[in-house]
Amino acid sequence: MTVKELIEKLDLKILVEDDLGREVNDCYIGDLLSWVMGRAPEDSAWLTVMGNINSIAVATLADVSCIILVENAALDEEAKNKAEMHGVNILQSEENSYSLAVKISGLI
Amino acid sequence: MSAIHLHYEVSGDDFTRAGEASGSVKKRLKSLGFDPDAIRRVAIAMYEAEINMVIHAEGGYCDVDIYPDKVEILLADKGPGIPDVDKAMQEGFSTAPDNVRNLGFGAGMGLPNIKKYTDEMRIETTIGVGTNLYLTVNVNNN
Repeated sequence: MTVKELIEKLDLKILVEDDLGREVNDCYIGDLLSWVMGRAPEDSAWLTVMGNINSIAVATLADVSCIILVENAALDEEAKNKAEMHGVNILQSEENSYSLAVKISGLI
Repeated sequence: MSAIHLHYEVSGDDFTRAGEASGSVKKRLKSLGFDPDAIRRVAIAMYEAEINMVIHAEGGYCDVDIYPDKVEILLADKGPGIPDVDKAMQEGFSTAPDNVRNLGFGAGMGLPNIKKYTDEMRIETTIGVGTNLYLTVNVNNN
């Protein structure tokens, strides 16, 4: 499943678009950045409410396929700029982590 | 391949720039064709250490030596030092202030994560003088 397909199937809003052809092979949920950085699998969709600049660094270092901001959590301007600079796909959903992850589980 | 030496200044109290050194090293290792797992371990350990410097030590510097079979990293700061290293190594122990927690850090995972992702880790710390953190990540490039 690619990021693009995920967006279409789950009706996600695109906040920052980079390589939407990236594969999504896994899913990870977490808001504590140190925890996420050490544990989020590569090529996963990372579900979080943290839309600050440090989330972008974590996404880059952990090499996730995309960040999905759940429950319409906001992406701040600084983070948006950094995501564009570093090429991180950022999506948004009105659903919570649990219901979104259940759906992703049925897709990947 | 002889060692490649990289030097970075880590500015204190600036979360927006934390991650620049680790991101840059990650790119360099990628372009050199290093094993992706080793790259990930180096990047995560360095980022945690950078964040620690920003939170606790008002910045410092970072020296990276890249060898064919390992990456050696020194992160040096002139911060307050670590009073109890054993305690600081425990998962969940943190002295980070609330504003840092609101950013998603301060979970007491920094040093434990660094230890988890490196093959060697040594801390030299003196109260009121600063801390040197020596890290080695072994690389299996097949």
